[in-house]
Order: sequence, then structure tokens, then C-alpha cells
Amino acid sequence: MKLTIHVTLKPGVLDPQGKAIEHALSGLGFEGVHGARVGKLIELDVDEGTSDADLDAMCRKLLANTVIENYRIQRA
Amino acid sequence: MKSAVVVFPGSNCDRDIAVALEQVTGTRPVMVWHRDTTLPDDIALVAVPGGFSYGDYLRSGAIAARSPIMRDVVDRAGKGLPVLGICNGFQVLTEAGLLPGALMRNAGLDFVCRDVALTANETRSMFTNGYSAGETIRIPVAHHDGNYVADVETLDRLEGEGQVAFRYAEPVNGSARDIAGLVNADGNVLGMMPHPERRIEPAHGGTDGRRLFEGLLERVA
Repeated sequence: MKLTIHVTLKPGVLDPQGKAIEHALSGLGFEGVHGARVGKLIELDVDEGTSDADLDAMCRKLLANTVIENYRIQRA
Repeated sequence: MKSAVVVFPGSNCDRDIAVALEQVTGTRPVMVWHRDTTLPDDIALVAVPGGFSYGDYLRSGAIAARSPIMRDVVDRAGKGLPVLGICNGFQVLTEAGLLPGALMRNAGLDFVCRDVALTANETRSMFTNGYSAGETIRIPVAHHDGNYVADVETLDRLEGEGQVAFRYAEPVNGSARDIAGLVNADGNVLGMMPHPERRIEPAHGGTDGRRLFEGLLERVA
């Protein structure tokens, strides 16, 4: 079973990489860019029967640092 | 004083911290591989060194914090064993939940590698009693992810409880409240981004780092 885990910075956590991207887009002449925030996308291949609880635990224990990041589990 | 240094794949300050500990304590530390499951019983300190454990994959310190030896480090820290995490070691300790908050990419996005001025902020801990409160010291930093982040409540609590050991006395990486080093609530775990083990003899350009180890020896031995 293939899954996609989206890890994003929590609102309010400053993202210097996102700021740099925003500035670079402006520098390329793209107007109207009001923000950019960088996250991670992790593709997981797990057993068919893997429980939601286990997936959630994987995110909380390793894939995301919940001090600064949120996560979302997307099924195929 | 017997001590141990944890070594992960990608650690690169493990020998520096071992030399510093041996010079100051007179005893060569035991080097403990990340796959080991237990620390030696008779140690008075465990150090988690700087470097790029697991190539900083996922997040700096994230994979190392879940390695087998860290279960015993966390367990023994809970029983009062002094734990010193430097640079990547600080990142590992936050990822392992021994210290609050997280260390994010430097605000300027640069890898910062230079001597910086620090203020010894809270000097009652076993790690900082070699300094005077408010004293400015110079210790080098070398990191990409040293930008300390925590929510406002946590920051207020850390300051209120006297857990901010060191602050940057100049702009370095955008850290919240200029935090460069923290102790845990029980005072037996210190994490800091600067490298005291790189300032232990005059040939290093100063000995401000040595006093951390001397103070620790005095308190722990």
C-alpha cells in the first residue's frame, strides 16, 4: 500500500527557506507572490493491513517533529 | 571521573570531546557506538558529540535520536546521569525529548563557522558553575541548524526557571531569545550549539571552553 505523508511547518514557525524562495521568485520577475513555505513529502510503501494508529505513530515518533511540524497522511 | 562519548555514523567531534574530557578529568572516556544498547554502569557523564549524524537526513539529529543507545541515554538521564550535548548533540537531545524545542535552519541560511561571543546566563548548573553570571566568553560555533525555536510559553518557562545556560551576545542564527544553550528542568542535561571542546588550551586561541569541563568535574567527581 502506497501512502504519501505531507510534513509542513506549523503556522507561526518562521521559515527562512520559504522566505528565500519568495524573494527569488520576485527576483525572477514573478509578481504577486505573497509567501512560500517549504515542507516535505514522504512516499511510504507499507503492508496492506497497516493500521491508522501505526501510521499515526510513525509520523509522531519520527517522520514529523511535532514541536514545529504538522503532518497529513494521504492514501494513494 | 569516568565518562562516555556516544558515536553515531557521521559524528565528527567525538574525538575532540574525548580529548577535552581526558585532558580535564584525567580519564579517557569510553567511546560507545550508536548500536550498543547500554552505557557503562560506572560513568559520571555521557557526551553526545557534534557532527552530522546520519548526514542530517530527515532533520538534524532525528535519526540518531532513535538509535538503540539513545534509549539508555534517555533512561539514565531520567535517573540523574549528567548528559552533555554539543551542536549536533544538542539537536539529538531535542529530538530525543530530553530538552524542549527544536533547532531549525539558521535564519540567514548560512552555515555559520566562527568564534562568537556568548553570555553565561545561568551559572548555577553543574555545567556552568565555572563561569560568572553575565560574563562574556568566546567559543566557536559551526552549524547550519542552530536556530532555536519553541513556543512562547516554553520560552517564558525556560527563562523563568533559569534553564537558559548561554545566550548569543551577537547575531548568529536567529535563535529565539538568543538561546545558545539550555539545561533541562532537573539541571542534569545541557545542550548547546557552541563547541566548548574547541577552546580548551591556549593554542586553540583561548580556554573559555575548558572551564565548562573543569566546573563539571568539580561538581560531579
